[in-house]
Amino acid sequence: MNNRILMIGNEAIARGLVENGCSMALSYPGTPASEILPGVVKWKTELSLPIHIQWALNEKIAFEIAYAGSIAGLRTVVSMKQVGLNVASDPLMSAAYMGAKGGFIVISADDPGPHSSQTEQDSRLMAMFAKVPVLDPAGPEQAREFVGLAYKLSEAFEVPVMLRPTTRVCHGGQDVELKGVTPSDRAAVFKRDPARWAATPKFRYLLHSKLNEKLSAIAANEDTKPRLLNPDTVSSEAVIASGVAVAHAQEIMADLGLLNSVALYQVRQPFPLHSAFIEEILGRYERILVIEESAPVIEMQIADRHKVNGRLNGAIPAAGELLPEVIEGILSNFCAISQPELNIPAAVGRKPSLCAGCPHRASFFAIKRAVPGAIYTSDIGCYTLGLNLGAIDTALCMGASISQAAGFYQAFKLGGKETDIVATIGDSTFFHAGVPALIDAVVQDARFVLVVLDNSTTAMTGNQPTPATGIDACGNPCASISIEGLVKSCGVKFCRVGDPYNMPKFTKLLKSARKHALEKGLSVVISRRPCLVDKRVKEMKRERIDVSVSSACDGCSYCIKQFECPAIEFDQAGKRARINQLMCSGCGICIHVCPRKAIEKVEVQ
Amino acid sequence: MNSSSEKQQILISGVGGQGILFVTRLLAEAAIYKGLSVLTAETHGMAQRGGIVMSHLKVGGFSSPLIRPGKADILLLLHEENLKGHLYYLAHGGIVIVNSVLRPDGNEASKVISLDAASLAKEIQQPKSANLILTGFALSTLSRIGNRPYCSPDDIRAVLCQKMAGRDKILQASLNAFDLGILRGQEAEI
Repeated sequence: MNNRILMIGNEAIARGLVENGCSMALSYPGTPASEILPGVVKWKTELSLPIHIQWALNEKIAFEIAYAGSIAGLRTVVSMKQVGLNVASDPLMSAAYMGAKGGFIVISADDPGPHSSQTEQDSRLMAMFAKVPVLDPAGPEQAREFVGLAYKLSEAFEVPVMLRPTTRVCHGGQDVELKGVTPSDRAAVFKRDPARWAATPKFRYLLHSKLNEKLSAIAANEDTKPRLLNPDTVSSEAVIASGVAVAHAQEIMADLGLLNSVALYQVRQPFPLHSAFIEEILGRYERILVIEESAPVIEMQIADRHKVNGRLNGAIPAAGELLPEVIEGILSNFCAISQPELNIPAAVGRKPSLCAGCPHRASFFAIKRAVPGAIYTSDIGCYTLGLNLGAIDTALCMGASISQAAGFYQAFKLGGKETDIVATIGDSTFFHAGVPALIDAVVQDARFVLVVLDNSTTAMTGNQPTPATGIDACGNPCASISIEGLVKSCGVKFCRVGDPYNMPKFTKLLKSARKHALEKGLSVVISRRPCLVDKRVKEMKRERIDVSVSSACDGCSYCIKQFECPAIEFDQAGKRARINQLMCSGCGICIHVCPRKAIEKVEVQ
Repeated sequence: MNSSSEKQQILISGVGGQGILFVTRLLAEAAIYKGLSVLTAETHGMAQRGGIVMSHLKVGGFSSPLIRPGKADILLLLHEENLKGHLYYLAHGGIVIVNSVLRPDGNEASKVISLDAASLAKEIQQPKSANLILTGFALSTLSRIGNRPYCSPDDIRAVLCQKMAGRDKILQASLNAFDLGILRGQEAEI
């Protein structure tokens, strides 16, 4: 047996963290970064490592906790998805000035495509904005290696360092070699230095100047400088790439026979780009192609543009993932060679859908029935798929369902118009960013119905606990916060809990919430029913209601269009609905959906 | 088509819940078990909720985790409707192994071999084991047509035993499903 095991990039990053003495690991779940923290938990448990591991309430809080650990001299990390970094951008900007003591890594996972994100934003641009160095790994093995480089860099220059993997790195798998784990033996020390840790604007100016000096030195840092991958090639042309684009480019250039005629560099640290490297490539090559995802971060730092091809001159598409077939086209154009014609069919197959039996589907169906024609604001999570039921009109960013509902209320109120508004937000999202918005709405007397879709987990990203769960990231019991207690203390007068699986009662509850919202003020309904995918729920026994479609079905497809359950199919031959028993979860909600009552409970003998 | 059995690009696809990621990891771990380097790419998150799940598996000296169109040696399809959508990944002379009740035809550029793995899985009372049945089927049919895969049935069995150590019931069921696929592959008309 060898010492290599299959790891996805996130697991490899986790391994890198424990190999390099990380003492505190913080995160808020978000695809494609979610598997990093559980990866650290795994090694902590197996090797009894002294690490504080925590799912924080949101990315800003996660950042601040991890950063304090760094100020106390420990090696720490905070990980999140790219839009999470928007939430944590406030502390990031200031932490850049104040700098780190113990190594401090900010992992922000980008999602070019995007596959499961709101934007294709490039976190490296955020690193540039904040003025912190960023490392851009090409694959899982390198992501593990870069964790060590990042800690070294962070401690050598007392600066936060960003590690920016993309989806293909995070969720790409590779055989990764296990290196030794050295548990940290550092103890926290706090050295008072108010001019740094509580700097006023005058001192911020000094810190800013100091940061600029650090960046100049980092732009000459030996460990992280670009690498020429084919040093034996004599060439007048160079391809400069970073991230997974390097991995694609290397393989494609080998296939096309270009590795012998065109230089290929990997930029490991896109910001600050090494100054000597900029001079070197501009001096040595006639033509340069820069391939990077998703913004022209490297490209913008090469001020002399007359040799450079990339996003800024349209040589590379301005949006979308740089798939290998796209890079093959770009390279072929750059090297003036012909390329095979691609005949890629339009994407086929099912669109993503809420699981059969998902309590969110029941909630959305009830909402449409109780408050038809309302403005439906919603939020970020599995339940965004309520779009398929026509029960969602807006989904902006974490927590915006509540503030957007308040905004629509105020906008329509100006014209003296009463409008039904129903906001839906998941339990984890409510804790993350919904609470301040709710307080604001109550104070401003914005009138709408807020439905907290409480499935007792953070489902979309792999069922991480929420602050209400009472279980921490390592699976140990911890304090739990009651959602209804929180809602009431925000000043909400109407707060009721209902079970969406009890369709008639739940619909009635929503109707009374609507009445209260119109007449008296904001009302909150907590729709409580655990996620079916959650492991803890899977182990619980649940009554199964088997259903079938009777001959009363006239094939109107109301259930398929309005309820959109993957277990209800249209039988083309019989011209009516049919239950796919393999997919059906036995929730029995559809019994209440059919206008002709053709979906019936099957009595078990 | 790669004549070397040690360097292979395999595209595996299906829909959510069919165990695509499980098969991908199983095959990747078999490569590592053989001392070969391996790269995979998977779909997670939003894309996974009941939608098409596709993963790329590259065994041998590759650097990119993704298979380019026209470069896959093998397509392993758990959901036959993906044949239309994913065939463009197949290399000239490549082979498709598909879970299907119909017997879809190949063309001069590709060979399509099918097995109704879903029905077999139901027959053995393990409706979720179509993935392992099809994997076993793929290994034995590929060997028969001279396209020796990078790993043998015994490699897969060894990895299954490692992965499921201590869970004897699941292990036995998995091995049964896999062996059923192997058997069907030996008997299949190809």
